[in-house]
Amino acid sequence: MPLLELKDVHTYYGNIHALKGISLAVEQGEIVTLIGSNGAGKSTTLRTISGLLKPRRGEIWFQGERIDHLPPHKIVERGVIQAPEGRRIFPRLTVRENLEIGAFLRKDKAGIARDMERVFHLFPRLYERINQRGGTLSGGEQQMLAIGRALMGRPRVLLLDEPSMGLAPVLVEQIFSIINDINAQGTTILLVEQNALMALAIAHRGYVLQTGEIVLTDTAQALRENTLVQHAYLGIG
Amino acid sequence: MSVKATTGSDLLITHRSFRAFASEVFGPLLQVFVFVVGSAVVLGGIVLLLAIALRGTREDIDLVQGTIIILPQVVIDGLVRGFLYATIALGYTMVYGVLEFINFAHGEIFMVGAFVGAFFSAALASSGMLTTLSPILFVIAAVLLGMSVSGVLAMLIERVAYRPLRNAPRLVPLISAIGVSLVLQDVMRMITVNTGLGFNAQFRTPDLGQPLVLAQMPIADERTIPVSIDSRSLIFIVVAIVMLIGLNYLVNITKLGKAIRAVAQDRATASLMGIDVNRVIALTFLIGGALGGAAGILFGMRVGTINPYVGFLPGLKAFTAAVLGGIGNITGAMVGGIVLGFLEAFVASYLSLFTRGQFSGASYADIVAFSILILILIFRPSGLLGEAVTQKV
Repeated sequence: MPLLELKDVHTYYGNIHALKGISLAVEQGEIVTLIGSNGAGKSTTLRTISGLLKPRRGEIWFQGERIDHLPPHKIVERGVIQAPEGRRIFPRLTVRENLEIGAFLRKDKAGIARDMERVFHLFPRLYERINQRGGTLSGGEQQMLAIGRALMGRPRVLLLDEPSMGLAPVLVEQIFSIINDINAQGTTILLVEQNALMALAIAHRGYVLQTGEIVLTDTAQALRENTLVQHAYLGIG
Repeated sequence: MSVKATTGSDLLITHRSFRAFASEVFGPLLQVFVFVVGSAVVLGGIVLLLAIALRGTREDIDLVQGTIIILPQVVIDGLVRGFLYATIALGYTMVYGVLEFINFAHGEIFMVGAFVGAFFSAALASSGMLTTLSPILFVIAAVLLGMSVSGVLAMLIERVAYRPLRNAPRLVPLISAIGVSLVLQDVMRMITVNTGLGFNAQFRTPDLGQPLVLAQMPIADERTIPVSIDSRSLIFIVVAIVMLIGLNYLVNITKLGKAIRAVAQDRATASLMGIDVNRVIALTFLIGGALGGAAGILFGMRVGTINPYVGFLPGLKAFTAAVLGGIGNITGAMVGGIVLGFLEAFVASYLSLFTRGQFSGASYADIVAFSILILILIFRPSGLLGEAVTQKV
């Protein structure tokens, strides 16, 4: 049984049919990536999993439990945690407070302290900015904080929405290598990316989304070698 | 670079140093204090200059001396009005912070608080306990009672009249709020006229003691007059300050406070942190309503007679105070209340003095105070402490 599974999920924005029957599965320990161009429905898929959007049809299962009817905070409680698109740092909370709020549902003070320490080891830059307000950080630092904040919730599956967006190439490399480390330490990851090259470099498997539908799925290796993917998303051919 | 604090417990604030605690709780209050002193000094300076300029125009009294003699009383009046508006304004600004919605029924929540006190005092009077009860106990009981009733009422109103409209166009919940406000006024009128409390309800209290004489001010010929503060004003100011300290503790230190700030800054992302947004919004109404209820009790105690429509004007002015301070900003609401209170108190007292009573200050205070407000807002549209509107990306 997959850790997270979507079965024929349809989501609408008003009358706009944004997801037209998405089915996908994420196994324990994997990095799975959703690639596709702007407006393909990648972020909509993550927002639907997190409960920010309610699917009109279809089912979402997590650890053998149906979660598509739950409000967002209940989904977080089960360990499905998202670092949203555009980072969405709380601008007037400090770096420390942003991390603390990531651990909002937890009561184990010692565990929270250990995880904060872990975040600062992954992102030493954040430690230097610990008492600075989130809104004053650079884009790269905000992305680090967004990932760190999500880790503070002890995710069973971490949903990452466009972590490379707007970052300098050297920072993108750094962020992706840290995502790889996080996965190696045992966290399952569902990664949404426009930067298909980077995403397929670290993922185990991938899904290709086009106007709300999955058009292709395979191992990351096979997708990298697929001519359609190369042509449309990797800028090759 | 290396992380210096490697024991995780150094990273979490489990035991705050006294200094950190004081700066987070009292920092905002220090700002309020600066505005209290600033308003008093600036307005006091202006009236003194005016008095000197107009000195020759009145033969009957020495204008400068008259100005100085009433100044301490005006400052106290300004403080009481200021804290009244500040405590009510907090309810507007907190709700606006989390929902970007003006709860126009908040003035009536304040009014209900005042009536809870009136019912409480009437019940005590009929059982003969009003005169025997210790005044301090009476004040504490009345404030707590008013806070609970108004807080729960505000929370219920949110649940019934606002939450179902959360995703409706902006104007819809606003109309709902105006509707709630009219309903509360008329329901309260119905209750008061049918329970014997009467439309003009008495808010009776045990003997709260004599005015506290703060100093003796010398006037001509070795004579002095006392500068005093009456006990009701003193209670008002003390209770208001205690509540503001409590609120700053709640918002800046506690986990709930952090959740309220997170919801105010970005509701959707707050829910992605596991925060139950509906619960936080309900609790925000509870806190804002409780502050409004406490303000109602203090107000009723001070004026002695209340009716079901007393919430309208203070509510409107407190809303103005919240905008003046920068709507959504908690410290701003306190500052806005203080500035508005001082403006009113000074205009009310000095307009009559300077115009030989041709313009009664009490009746023209609103015109002058609000004209000044409009001027301030023209030059600072986001309010005295308002930040530039942050773009939500």
